Amino acid sequence: MAILVVAEHDNTDLKDATHKTVTAAAAMGGDVDILVAGTGVKDVMAAAAKIDGVRAVLGVDHVSLTRQLAEAMEAVIVPLMSEYDAILAPDTTAHKNYMPRVAAKLDVMQISSITGVESADTFVRPIYAGNAMATVKSSDSKKVITVRTTAFNAAGEGGSASDKMLADPASPSTSEFVGEELTKSDRPELAAAKIVVSGGRGVGSSENFAIIESLADKLGAAVGASRAAVDAGYVPNDYQVGQTGKSVAPELYIAIGISGAIQHLAGMKDSKIIVAINKDEDAPIFQVADYGLVADLFIAVPELEAAL
Amino acid sequence: MKVLVPVKRVLDYNVKARVKADQSGVDLSNVKMSMNPFDEISVEEAVRLKEAGTATEAVVVSIGPAKAQETIRTALAVGMDRGIHVQTDEDLEPLAIAKILKAIAEEEGAQLVITGKQAIDNDYGATGSMLAALLDWPQGTFANTVETSGDSITVKREVDGGLQTVKLTLPAVVTTDLRLNEPRYARLPDIMKAKKKQIDAKTPADYGVDTAPRLTTVKVTEPAGRSAGIKVESVEALVGKLKTEGVI
Repeated sequence: MAILVVAEHDNTDLKDATHKTVTAAAAMGGDVDILVAGTGVKDVMAAAAKIDGVRAVLGVDHVSLTRQLAEAMEAVIVPLMSEYDAILAPDTTAHKNYMPRVAAKLDVMQISSITGVESADTFVRPIYAGNAMATVKSSDSKKVITVRTTAFNAAGEGGSASDKMLADPASPSTSEFVGEELTKSDRPELAAAKIVVSGGRGVGSSENFAIIESLADKLGAAVGASRAAVDAGYVPNDYQVGQTGKSVAPELYIAIGISGAIQHLAGMKDSKIIVAINKDEDAPIFQVADYGLVADLFIAVPELEAAL
Repeated sequence: MKVLVPVKRVLDYNVKARVKADQSGVDLSNVKMSMNPFDEISVEEAVRLKEAGTATEAVVVSIGPAKAQETIRTALAVGMDRGIHVQTDEDLEPLAIAKILKAIAEEEGAQLVITGKQAIDNDYGATGSMLAALLDWPQGTFANTVETSGDSITVKREVDGGLQTVKLTLPAVVTTDLRLNEPRYARLPDIMKAKKKQIDAKTPADYGVDTAPRLTTVKVTEPAGRSAGIKVESVEALVGKLKTEGVI
């Protein structure tokens, strides 16, 4: 069996989500190749070639792939799939965007956000925001899979896979990149951070979020938020942790002023240590927290920062 | 421009899903069902396009059991013009749904299809992009803002790290994210009026689509539980614990 893993990268650095996806692919058994699609991908390809257990790294370098637009990714991947039995990609927004296109073109049903590999055709995935886990067996001849990377350990580095450049794809004619507004931050990325400090509706305002950010900076942590805090406009949507946001599994997750709605828990319950600070002692977040502190966050958070 | 909006009837988002004892699935008997929240946002966006004079007709479609008609009525009550109900008691996968929607989009001559980015029951997040691929249309997923102009649509998308803007040539598929808009509530007179709006009754067979599932559910189980830990009395005690754990 031959498996293609699509790399997560920003045209400069290879992201850890790739290593985790390789682990999921390896669990299916077979040869694992990595596709790096982007512009100026040489460095990313070199990094991908070091991942343990990888056979070959395929590179495709074209301006239409700089932002990995869905139509362009479909055009690159679908023809490649005649050589592969399965394709896996991290379930980040970049890949969730085009993977169903690939599946539809191959006439197969996508298996989304897997958290476990039972065999080459059977997978575990969360449904209902993680309130239930479904084990599904695919009868499709090719498997198109997105991977909940927080559920897999990163593959090690020490390999030396071969590399190969693919021919330029045709540029899609019906969609074009116009621009982007990326949150500028010196903090670690939410999905990859060792420590995440998240604020909820209890934080009360956009201005008050400064105390969450200040604690995060002291800890070298990423800043997250509950959907309630995002809906209330305290922080941008890409801070959101939960079913409709990002899934995180850091060493330490500190939930501040977060009640612990099901949809939030779905995105953080795999964290190693969970700390909750909330003035409501009956808040559901305490049912999943390893350490709970019933306190007014406006007193406890600055105190915590000072104590570190 | 004609706009098509598919909607799905799902377990209400405020209701906690309960796994059946025989592990065959989630118990949906005697629980509140509602329109998928992302689909409410799609409906709202279509109605706004109509109110702005951009859309000439807004058609809502639901593929599901007899009761999916209620979900269609809900959409009609907030301003959709007409409904199509493709009745089936099978729990169809996104691939089959996308094939039926393709046939409907072609039959209706839709220029824009607005779908939710995911349904909150199966969480596949696949239907919109699959439909775009089957139609060979461009797509703007996880929409935060949409703006139409002539034969194109500009979609600002929610992506990891911020927002990305793409310009698509119509016809196109857009999938909605939470911040696109705030869905309105239906007013009572509109609910009454919606009862008179037309809903066409169809079946998957009318569209010649093979709906056989590709995935078999082996079992559905409760997620691994996480037990509650301890309450600490002070910030000092908390810092002590975290140092012992070696996480700070």
